[in-house]
Amino acid sequence: MNTAQNSMQDDDTGTFDMESYRAEFPILSREINGCPLVYLDSAASSQLPNTVINAVSEYQKTKHANVHRGVHTLSHLATDAYEGARDSIVDFIGAASRSEIILTSGTTESINLVAQSFARPILGSGDKIVITQLEHHSNIVPWQLVCEQTGAELHVIPINERGEVSLDDVVAALDDNVRLLAVAYVSNALGSILPIKEIVKEAHDRSIPVLVDGAQAVPHIPVDVQDLDCDFFAFSGHKMFAPTGSGVLYGKENILEKMPPYKGGGDMILEVHFEGTTYNELPYKFEAGTPNISSVIGLGESIAFLTAIGMRNVYDHENRVLDYLTSQLSTLDEMRLIGTAAKKASVQSFMLADIHPHDLGTILDHQGVAIRTGHHCAMPVMDYFAVPGTARASLALYNNENDVDRMIEALVKAREVFRS
Amino acid sequence: MNEIEQAQQELVEEFQFFDNWMDRYQYIIDLGRQLPKFDESDRVDANKIRGCQSQVWFTAEHCGDRIRFQAISDAAIVSGLIALLMRVYSNRKPAEILSTTPNFVSALQLEQHLSATRSNGLSAMLKAISEHARAAVEAA
Repeated sequence: MNTAQNSMQDDDTGTFDMESYRAEFPILSREINGCPLVYLDSAASSQLPNTVINAVSEYQKTKHANVHRGVHTLSHLATDAYEGARDSIVDFIGAASRSEIILTSGTTESINLVAQSFARPILGSGDKIVITQLEHHSNIVPWQLVCEQTGAELHVIPINERGEVSLDDVVAALDDNVRLLAVAYVSNALGSILPIKEIVKEAHDRSIPVLVDGAQAVPHIPVDVQDLDCDFFAFSGHKMFAPTGSGVLYGKENILEKMPPYKGGGDMILEVHFEGTTYNELPYKFEAGTPNISSVIGLGESIAFLTAIGMRNVYDHENRVLDYLTSQLSTLDEMRLIGTAAKKASVQSFMLADIHPHDLGTILDHQGVAIRTGHHCAMPVMDYFAVPGTARASLALYNNENDVDRMIEALVKAREVFRS
Repeated sequence: MNEIEQAQQELVEEFQFFDNWMDRYQYIIDLGRQLPKFDESDRVDANKIRGCQSQVWFTAEHCGDRIRFQAISDAAIVSGLIALLMRVYSNRKPAEILSTTPNFVSALQLEQHLSATRSNGLSAMLKAISEHARAAVEAA
């Protein structure tokens, strides 16, 4: 643990003081509909700390130019900042080298890249892609598309009534025809944490590569891709306190080397002639066109912010608040918790009596409480639990017990509105 | 003042009684509960207006020189807002529907629910109402 973390430790209780970090998020001090904002929708998109906002602003004011291209000073400054962010990502997720970090627009693009560049060339009729029932649409539709294109089949591992995926069910799905297993680390709708390390081991024992959708994991739990040993790992900047439009695909270098480019354009080439074109080296081979430079710089800064706090501290803090959230929700009459896995992170979905989630969200918003309502881009999960959608409270490091209390009060009031 | 303007004015007057948002919503929810029963046989995909957060089923029928609309939602507030829209637009003449601005939306502070960017099915329903009216005017 570094000095910054030590200084935040409360020696008496052993608990971690997250309040000073919460103060770094300016948006959290605004009001909504005349009430102080309670932001419980970080699983959709998280808020930005001052350091990220300032880094992006500073880049726009003093360093902006295109990257990798110019001989002039600004282009060098922009390139240094942009590539510096890539170095931060390498360290943050424990990649082996910067060649393994492809910068994308987000998790969705990262998964589509793997579907089209890795899976499509190796798939044929009779082959299978395996996913689970709790995936976000971004980890379903790219595979449906590539299956349509190649004649391969999409196989879905079921979840249980707690929203868990059992290792036995994973193993049962891994037959000789499986070419790739694509699974979420943490469910965005249910919060379940999947046993990724064990899943990867079982898949690798059968020579099946694994893609992990880490969008809901990276902001909440320590991640080490080499320890997990997954072949691909995708995540988004805007769920980890960076601006929208930045994301990452980690891939093992020996696999990325063999994959053809996903998109053609500037920056991904070495030489272009009408007789033929040679591609740039990793990771640039997959980064056609001018990237989202400022967002990536923001992502580098958000990683610095998370690193200063320490991901173990983030995880412990959020776990404590999630436990409190779940126990407080359980005190309400006619509360149905959806997603009660033994291992969870940052998310609690629920239904209150027969109140439609959309109605609940509307009444909560009037009290300054922002939650997500709807199918959370995971319609198969809603089908499984036979609900039109859920209300979902999702946490980030800046949430605290007071936020939970405010939401509970707002729910009690909503109950009055719909009861009368 | 045409029938639609008249209905809008009545709504605005009714809502003047409420001085806080909770009472306003409770009234909207009550209006939704009083919507005429939506025929179960009409609750089919073909009549469904999809929204990300709530669903709306919607039908239109011509009765003489008027169009009668019926709709329902699986969400209570959306059903209440449907009740408001029905009072304003159902059983009206198509030309009046097209020519009358829905002023009541801002007067009742409902813009956030009825704006085109909200994916709750209501804005799509408003569009469907005017499309039916336009088709009727063009066919006449």
